[in-house]
Amino acid sequence: MGQLNTTRNVARADDVYQMLIDAHEGKTKDESDAFNARLILTLINHIGDEAVIAEALSVAEG
Amino acid sequence: MFDDRYTLAYKLYPYEKSADQDLDTPVRHPVVVVGGGPIGVATALDLGQQGIPVLVLDDHEGVGMGSRAICFSKRCLEVADRYGCGTPMVEKGVTWNLGKVFHRDHKVFEFNLLPEDGHKYPAFINLQQPYFESFMIERLRALQAEGAPIQLRGKNRVDAIEVKDDHVVLTVMTPDGPYTVEADWLVAADGANSPLRDKLGLGFTGKVFKDSFLIADIRMKGDVDFPTERWFWFEPSHGEGASMLLHRQPDNVWRVDFQIGWDVDRKEEMKEENIRRRLDAFLKGVEYDMVWSSIYTFQCKRMESFRHGRVFFAGDAAHQVSPFGARGANSGIQDVDNLGWKLGLVISGKAPEALLDSYSAEREHGADENILNSTRSTDFITPKSETSKIFRDAVLALSDKHDFARPFVNSGRLSVPCYYDGLPLNGADDLPGGPARARPGAPCPDVPLGDGFLIERLGARKGAAFQILAVDAEVPETFSAHGLDLEVVKVSAADAPLLRERYLGEARSAVYLIRPDQHVAARWETWDDRAVAQALGRATGHDIGKEQ
Ligand SMILES: Cc1cc2nc3c(=O)[nH]c(=O)nc-3n(C[C@H](O)[C@H](O)[C@H](O)COP(=O)(O)OP(=O)(O)OC[C@H]3O[C@@H](n4cnc5c(N)ncnc54)[C@H](O)[C@@H]3O)c2cc1C
Repeated sequence: MGQLNTTRNVARADDVYQMLIDAHEGKTKDESDAFNARLILTLINHIGDEAVIAEALSVAEG
Repeated sequence: MFDDRYTLAYKLYPYEKSADQDLDTPVRHPVVVVGGGPIGVATALDLGQQGIPVLVLDDHEGVGMGSRAICFSKRCLEVADRYGCGTPMVEKGVTWNLGKVFHRDHKVFEFNLLPEDGHKYPAFINLQQPYFESFMIERLRALQAEGAPIQLRGKNRVDAIEVKDDHVVLTVMTPDGPYTVEADWLVAADGANSPLRDKLGLGFTGKVFKDSFLIADIRMKGDVDFPTERWFWFEPSHGEGASMLLHRQPDNVWRVDFQIGWDVDRKEEMKEENIRRRLDAFLKGVEYDMVWSSIYTFQCKRMESFRHGRVFFAGDAAHQVSPFGARGANSGIQDVDNLGWKLGLVISGKAPEALLDSYSAEREHGADENILNSTRSTDFITPKSETSKIFRDAVLALSDKHDFARPFVNSGRLSVPCYYDGLPLNGADDLPGGPARARPGAPCPDVPLGDGFLIERLGARKGAAFQILAVDAEVPETFSAHGLDLEVVKVSAADAPLLRERYLGEARSAVYLIRPDQHVAARWETWDDRAVAQALGRATGHDIGKEQ
């Protein structure tokens, strides 16, 4: 319960953001969509905890 | 007019005129089962073994041609074992453990059902449904020969039903014209299109999946050596369609199942040359004979309630799922297993009628679990939106290299036994450190015992008997409560080490109250007369409706 880290956690925000954008460089929309899906699944596995994932989903809901 | 709706594989119960047909007043039977499919026949075995008179009415004269079900689960076989027909099924069946998953023409990964040692029955066997049904009917004949009060009437079609407060009246059509029978209790096992459900105006709600599947059962010629494995393709590159399945059956027969989409011309697709075109694209040069083929569609639906007064619905009549996961017949058999002893106790006046409501509660729970699993498999196999397809493909792409993604791959979650967690018949769980797998509501895990297995000693084989299973515990030799005489089964972990892992856990001793269907009713560390009597009362429905 309430374990999703929503405080600032990335030391070099600009660099990390750039990594994400660079990863999509040169990809078509379809390739990017597939890439994003693989990325989300990989991160979801890293988190593992169902409750945290549920919270992340609701954050994403906006 | 009495036309068959399907061709028979074996004519096992030809029509014979019964004495009931010539009588002026209808005969009242304690239990009538409508439908002689696997579920109806299993019901007859269960009740007949208990000595409860049962009449089965089927509108055909035997077992239908063509295998629908091929995968039978361990739990289903354990139930069949109690009915006395588990062994021939396993002997004839093909035991398999390995599955392979492909995406297009590329193997993504393989899985092993990893069967655990120390069980009489394997996780799964493949066996053509007509064999499965025939073994049950052979057993039914053997029971009849021993004097069990079972009648099975072919070409007896139920055309009308009238439900009264304390009985049911049926109009039955035969080649000699109609007659009327009455039943104290009725089990409707008349299949997915259940005419009885319709006649009673009862709903069947859920989802229809807009897809069709072409099944071809083929016998390979010569020495082709396809392995005894389950092969599943997502988007096979050697054929059109969203998925394909290849699975071995006895007699050198393979099941090939093509998902071919919704808008298909069935007549055209069913032409042998068109089926062969699909098969040849994939089998390249292998010679085979066609044994059977069919096109099917499916729905994931269930009735809101499986009990309507004197009428119980069981098997496909009560619930239908997609074939992915082999949850149809396997769950129907668990319906029978659940209903049989309850009906037996109520009919013999040993339990209150309220016990019968627990059939609904427990098996609706089972059906929900099956529908949930089978719907999820279907949605994974045929993603319903662009985004869900993107995720599905991402799972498959990752699974190729990364083990972590493989649990997400869903090509069917195979039938597992039902745990009646949190339902009204469950009693105390007073076994600190006891293994979760044998908690109240769980089906008893098997354990090798001497020359045999524990499941051969548990559950009702002759009467609807509850049992005490004592593992290294001091218990009385006999015990009676609520008008029931319990059988006491004493075992020791010293003789059977797996009892420790499966029944004791951290505990030094254990006392289990076992239901006639081999589910755990309650458990304790040590014997306590009052606690056992209380749990027995609860498990036989004495508490139903008395608390809130
Ligand atoms: C392609 C396919 C693959 C499958 N694979 C599997 C699998 O691998 N494992 C599994 O467990 N399940 C599987 N199933 C499901 C399985 O076949 C069914 O769940 C099972 O047959 C249901 O048995 P039943 O007795 O409830 O109904 P049915 O087998 O349909 O029997 C109903 C009986 O009632 C009779 N009847 C109907 N109306 C009347 C009437 N008015 N009067 C008298 N009699 C009547 C019918 O003639 C029939 O004999 C599969 C199904 C399909 C279509």
